Amino acid sequence: MSRAADYEDVIGLEVHAQLLTRSKMFCGCPTTFGGAPNSQTCPICQGMPGVLPVINRRAVEFAMRTALALHCTINSGCRFARKHYYYPDMPKNYQISQYEEPLAVEGWLEIEVGGQVKRIGIQRVHLEEDVGKLVHEGTLETARASLVDFNRSGVPLMEIVSKPDIRSPEEAAVYFKALRAILIYLGVCDGNMEEGSLRCDTNVSIRPRGSSELGTKVEVKNLNSFKNVQQATAYEGERQRMAITSGQTIVQETRLWEADRSYTLSMRSKEYAHDYRYFPEPDLVPLKVEQRWADQLRTTLPELPVERQRRFVSQYGLPAYDADLLTQSRALADYYEAAVREYPKPKVVSNWVMSELLRELLGDDEAAISKSPIPPRNLARLLALIEDGTISGKIAKDVFEKMYRSGEDAETIVRREGLVQVADAGALGAVVGQVLASNPGAVEDWKKGKKQSLGFLVGQVMKATQGKANPALVNQLLLERLPKEP
Amino acid sequence: MATIAELGIRYRSGEATPTGVVRAYLERIEALNPQVRAYFTVTRDTALAQAEAAEKRLKAGAPLGLLDGIPLAIKDVICTKGIRTACGSKILEPFVPPYDATVIARLGAAGAIILGKTNMDEFAMGSSTENSAFFPTRNPWDLGRVPGGSSGGSAAAVAADLALGALGSDTGGSIRQPAAFCGTVGLKPTYGRVSRYGLVAFASSLDQIGPFARDVRGAALILQAIAGHDPLDSTSTEVPVPDYTAALGRGIEGLRVGVPAEYFIEGMDPEVEAAVRAAIDVLKGLGARTEKVSLPHTDYALAAYYLIAPAEASSNLARYDGVKYGYRAAGGKDLIQMYGRTRAEGFGAEVKRRIMLGTYALSAGYYEAYYGKAQRVRTLVRRDFQQAFERVDLLVCPTAPSVAFKLGDKEDPLQMYLCDVFTIPVNLAGLPGLSLPGGFTATGLPIGLQLIGKPFDEATLLSAAYAYEQVTPWHTRAPELA
Repeated sequence: MSRAADYEDVIGLEVHAQLLTRSKMFCGCPTTFGGAPNSQTCPICQGMPGVLPVINRRAVEFAMRTALALHCTINSGCRFARKHYYYPDMPKNYQISQYEEPLAVEGWLEIEVGGQVKRIGIQRVHLEEDVGKLVHEGTLETARASLVDFNRSGVPLMEIVSKPDIRSPEEAAVYFKALRAILIYLGVCDGNMEEGSLRCDTNVSIRPRGSSELGTKVEVKNLNSFKNVQQATAYEGERQRMAITSGQTIVQETRLWEADRSYTLSMRSKEYAHDYRYFPEPDLVPLKVEQRWADQLRTTLPELPVERQRRFVSQYGLPAYDADLLTQSRALADYYEAAVREYPKPKVVSNWVMSELLRELLGDDEAAISKSPIPPRNLARLLALIEDGTISGKIAKDVFEKMYRSGEDAETIVRREGLVQVADAGALGAVVGQVLASNPGAVEDWKKGKKQSLGFLVGQVMKATQGKANPALVNQLLLERLPKEP
Repeated sequence: MATIAELGIRYRSGEATPTGVVRAYLERIEALNPQVRAYFTVTRDTALAQAEAAEKRLKAGAPLGLLDGIPLAIKDVICTKGIRTACGSKILEPFVPPYDATVIARLGAAGAIILGKTNMDEFAMGSSTENSAFFPTRNPWDLGRVPGGSSGGSAAAVAADLALGALGSDTGGSIRQPAAFCGTVGLKPTYGRVSRYGLVAFASSLDQIGPFARDVRGAALILQAIAGHDPLDSTSTEVPVPDYTAALGRGIEGLRVGVPAEYFIEGMDPEVEAAVRAAIDVLKGLGARTEKVSLPHTDYALAAYYLIAPAEASSNLARYDGVKYGYRAAGGKDLIQMYGRTRAEGFGAEVKRRIMLGTYALSAGYYEAYYGKAQRVRTLVRRDFQQAFERVDLLVCPTAPSVAFKLGDKEDPLQMYLCDVFTIPVNLAGLPGLSLPGGFTATGLPIGLQLIGKPFDEATLLSAAYAYEQVTPWHTRAPELA
């Protein structure tokens, strides 16, 4: 009898990314999210009789940028194909996608797991159109009617299919995270998983360690977070291990991840798999990609997350953890670098961005960063106020919160609220004298050798000055007035 | 009975006015359409409004062009904004398009007037117009016979002078064969010459819109208005559009005309063969040099077509599901029943037959053997023509193996499919083809002569057809209708 530990996971990910083009894949309708149902539609994306698709050049460009960033070969010619199945959210009852001749093939993406760098192969990058959305009156079971909203119908989607090179649920999550970061850096997708701009299916099979054959794979759908990808992949691997070690065989099927209940559920088995009846889309001529276009796009690729992370470590001396976190989104990394330019203490800036800024912001994406009420320059000025002793670190955190709420700069808040640190030995001396007089117990403790009572007395002085006292100076003044080393 | 060009001259001389002409046509339609049944929808009010606008332009001396004020009929497969477009099908009977096809917009810009939408075989599938879900159209030359199809309504409307010209669509012969049966000129342009945007798709890689008219010049004038690149149709090309009417007088002295041996087959109507042979002699007499050519893969064209066209149709017709527009069957308990009943009740027998054929041809495990193989045959058919056109400038042959047959005569679908044996290869190769009157049978039925040209060489087809027309009387005959 084989043991579960004798089997390794073989995982491949299919990622669908909504492209940030202004218009749809095959018509001129806008792609903006949240319009009134069917307000962003035309005869083409409603699949009216007689309409024809026209390829969105910008969408092709976005997919090419992605393919180049993933080190893929861009095919000089590619074709669109029709994929057929019936569902009311798909107006033509076929989806224009790519099948045998995708836009790009054979690339890779580097990930780092447990200190090990690993390349995950990219099988293909292709373009297709999104479907609409069904709105049920009540729940699916009780609804008397279902309505169709075609606003999303025809929105450009890019599918990125990895090779089955992923060997653990953790690697799967890291790969998805790294891919998302690249898409955001390239400006081709907003990476918003809650709104469905980025979706992931995972293909999981297991095989005896050391084997080079592929086992029967199961596709798990409905994964819309890094956590879901990791948990669903782990669950599915375990389910298969249990099945095989108890003598069962794996059935090729599609399963659905139930995030609330943390298990996968069979959707359809191979016998009920769709016959998509793919054939080349006769309404579109084959797409020729000129080498010159690809070359020109290659020169305009931005610095990508992995490169930027490495540079953050070497240039700013940041720990890998900080560099990784700060480079998850281009907007955040840009923010960080702008702040460091104004206040060149990289680790201090990193600490503030990671702990204070990210706690307040709702996300790390472009939209969240651009809405930050504290621009990088203001953060830098706040840190400078700590450095020159104008305010204490503790006060600075309150000032930060006020800056965040009001959008004002640090100086304005500090001046108005009189938060300037008291660093005048004369003024502080009086307070220190009062504190010593009113806390004879603590002074007695000090005399008995309880060193902790110094901290208590510092605290009392800070309290009396509403935190404005310079802690170092308070320490010094107390030590001067207390009996020498007990 | 006037031609398009003649009416244009009368408009300019003030002998006729668009409102007068349109009223006369509407009256004639009212009187004769109940017999011929060419029209499915007559657009009286919009036609009169368009006529008034044209009249103002003509009176102001600022007509939009040679088609300004010319009343035309449109096959009901072409989308017209605000005008029902039913495609001869119950499933689209309630469908009113919210947009105009590009050809409709272009005709509008040229000032043409739309009298109505013409009857057709359902989704352009058929060769007799008997597959219309609503009623069959009659041949104006013999009301007991079919007008051909699938653009039978457009051909009959022009032949019966219920319109001066018309638009049809041709996927395997649907303009040329009814033109032959009804004794009119019908032109299927090169694939990509005319925008398909707004043409309800049957087989996307074969469909092409083209004109009907009583004479060659009329067809040239309509083609001129609708041809040319359309950004909304990626398969329309940017090849420049020449001046077709200017090409008409070019003559055919020295033109090399090929006669394909495979287009004179056993079992064809001897009167058709005799008329076509006589026409070839007429072309020779006009200075053309004729020679025999061979298109060796002709035999396989029909079979390839009946895989490719249904395959594409099965995909194009998937959208008619009762969800969004058109007919929805009542009483379905769930989604699958709604789909099933809507399509069972909405489509006719021939459409269902082709959807099943096409679905099968594309299904996993059969794709290569059927669709893949058919595409390779298509390449061979195209190559046959390429080789022939290395030696000749155009080909001449019959449009159809027979003349118009009686209604109900061809109940076996395969017999019906054979009507298009001479027209289908032209669609597979994407070439332009023109049918023009080439004689009559002893019983007075029109015989069609087909000219096939090089890609985008409609000008040579039109000039050869025009030269032939100038020395033959066929186009001047008209059916007697009362």
